Amino acid sequence: MRRNTRLALVATTAAALTASACSGGFEESSGAQQNTGKAGLTILIGSSGDAETNAVKEAAKAWADKSGNTAEVVVASDLNQQLGQGFAGGNPPDVFYADAGRIGDLAKAGNLFAYGDQVSSAGFLDSLAQTFTYDGKLQCAPKDFSTLGLVINTDLWSKAGLTDADIPKDWAGLEAVSKKLTSGDVTGLVISGEWDRIGVFAKQAGGWIVSEDGKTATADTPEMKAGLDEAQKLLKSGSMKYAKQVDAGWGGEALGKGKAAMTIEGNWIRGALSKDFPDVKTKVVELPAGPAGNGTLLFSNCWGVAAKSKNQAAAVDLVKAMIATDQQMAFAKAFGVMPSTTEGAEKFAKEYADDAAFAAGGEYGQGPVNIPGFDPVKAAFNSNLEQLASKDTKAVLADLQKNTEAALSGQ
Amino acid sequence: MATIDGSRRASGGIRGREAIAGWVFTAPMILILGVFLFIPVLMALYVSMTTWNGNGSPFAGGQNAEFVGLDNYSALFSRDGLTRDNFMQSLGNNFWYVLFVVPLQTATAFFLALIVSNRFLKGKSFFRTAFYFPSVTSSIAISVVFLFLFQNSGAVNAILAFFGINGPAWFSDSRGLFHIALGKVGVDNPGWAQAEVLGRSLWAWSSGPSVAMCVVIGLAIWTTTGTFMLLFIAALQDLPVEVDEAAMLDGVSPWQKLRLVTLPMIKPTLFLVITLGLIGTWQVFDQIYVMGKGAPAGTTLTPAYLSYQESFRSLKYGTGAAMAFIVFVIIVLLTWFQRWLMREDRGTSRRTRRAAAVAVGMQQGKQAGGPS
Repeated sequence: MRRNTRLALVATTAAALTASACSGGFEESSGAQQNTGKAGLTILIGSSGDAETNAVKEAAKAWADKSGNTAEVVVASDLNQQLGQGFAGGNPPDVFYADAGRIGDLAKAGNLFAYGDQVSSAGFLDSLAQTFTYDGKLQCAPKDFSTLGLVINTDLWSKAGLTDADIPKDWAGLEAVSKKLTSGDVTGLVISGEWDRIGVFAKQAGGWIVSEDGKTATADTPEMKAGLDEAQKLLKSGSMKYAKQVDAGWGGEALGKGKAAMTIEGNWIRGALSKDFPDVKTKVVELPAGPAGNGTLLFSNCWGVAAKSKNQAAAVDLVKAMIATDQQMAFAKAFGVMPSTTEGAEKFAKEYADDAAFAAGGEYGQGPVNIPGFDPVKAAFNSNLEQLASKDTKAVLADLQKNTEAALSGQ
Repeated sequence: MATIDGSRRASGGIRGREAIAGWVFTAPMILILGVFLFIPVLMALYVSMTTWNGNGSPFAGGQNAEFVGLDNYSALFSRDGLTRDNFMQSLGNNFWYVLFVVPLQTATAFFLALIVSNRFLKGKSFFRTAFYFPSVTSSIAISVVFLFLFQNSGAVNAILAFFGINGPAWFSDSRGLFHIALGKVGVDNPGWAQAEVLGRSLWAWSSGPSVAMCVVIGLAIWTTTGTFMLLFIAALQDLPVEVDEAAMLDGVSPWQKLRLVTLPMIKPTLFLVITLGLIGTWQVFDQIYVMGKGAPAGTTLTPAYLSYQESFRSLKYGTGAAMAFIVFVIIVLLTWFQRWLMREDRGTSRRTRRAAAVAVGMQQGKQAGGPS
């Protein structure tokens, strides 16, 4: 009996193994082979809402009609997870949104088809091109970008007796107006308690987590410390708070609910405010400069093309249509992002004068750290930043330095 | 298995064909379990010994899926770095979570079952439904509701404020319960607690669940109690009435009856409930995914969530799978320990133990096969 059972188990296991091998779930596809004839592209996007979804669908359809191919736009509910699954299953979408901070991870795993040289003639902004360059190659075409600006609730601003002349130009100015705007339920400045906002202070102080070429960790420099210290000082004074502390999900919500007089947010705040808080009047200005001049953060996605896509030629063709200036302006109109090319950015600044402050950030904005394995490092850093007010900034940065070095060495 | 057991007596003779029939009948199940459970688990085990980055087949070897033996496992315990820090913190968090959830949910479930089994209770079915309701509701929906309840200005803090208590900022409070308690008596990060075990100081290990984790603990107890209450009700209804009556004739007090008559008789169910609780609590994932993904300060991180994150976000499927198997080993060890603790000197029936073992196996398969 015993032996029989075991034999049968082995037999069924073998049978099942054969069966699953035949199904070919993991079969290595022969890579970059090109289909001739008409291609059917799948485009996986992480959408901010219906406006974005519809705009991308429309653009994809226009390209499909013109080129005779088909293009299906799929909206991901969890883009990173769905991408990971697609790559692991050997059947990824042909074209997809790829977040700037994930470029290193994706490129290192060999998931990206680096077609940058085919599109670089479009004239992308330098800061953007650098953000999507990994291993010396432009991995994908920047889709668009957003930057952070200082968003002011103008009613609260004038109520506190402030005028345009008081718009802060430097850290001292920011401290002064934040203090003046803080009274009762209103906090002068409310931001999300994470590196993607607090990083502006470090950038303004001339610091950044990694060197410009992305090869050395520079997290424990005096510049970085100066940035964090400034944020800590504001937090301790009570004139700056994290969104969580005032029961808001993010800065925009705090501003809309009237709990904050100012926040540091990006282009997307426009759409969010007009949807949820249509009565709130706001104004966007450039962030104050720090000791090292202007500094802001820049966020972007690119049009990733899968290394395993069978339709790479068609995919690159689609991307070219998507990054054309007119198309990018249409996206800008639909959901408020800024065009990724120099020409487009200029056009944008002219057409949307209210958002000129955001556009200006394209010149000096800093893109996310894109080294592979940085994701968990950033998560750990963010949990320290959550408690920034009570932390020793030097120790926090020493941790960050250690972890960044580990990520750089590939551990 | 009954059909197969028949073959024990006869290899040949008039019962010889029964064995074949038995295999034919069980083959579909063996095949299904093999394809969907056994083989995936083996595959995941192999993945946990590679550096697979999600590109191509994990079995192809080469640069994308190099075979590294037990490196992923040893790195989780011995390589100083963020991955180990996170993993150890998640183990610590999950340990506190289990320590609080399992006893509390078992006790509450048993208590509720006693109440609704009471012969003199009116509206029994209403209470049964009410208590069972959280168990049939989606855990995601409940998590979202809890997010609202425990906001800084949410309902819970409003009620606390009514009693003059200033409620904490639940989801952003990373202080451990024991640390808060020790802080009250003036102990804060003392010298004796600085020794490091597996990269974390004893002080960090002994934090207890954070305030944020307490909310998750409360949620878990609230949602799972109903299911276990059902198991207890079934067991209580199975008890022979004569024994109860005999005990009463012997003049026991209600408390004595509970302790000396009822509890020993439902011991098999108790074992099952604790086993299922242990397994479920070491695999907590969805609540964490919804309620902050480890925030604040990583104090709600659990191995199951970390394994997912390591695999699908950091594209380190090998490390992620290794985490899953370490949790697997932890669960198996704990279940063994529990079996030893409740060992058969006062009659745990074989059947229940087997049922529990099967339950362990099924849940384990789910867990281990999960991340790959």
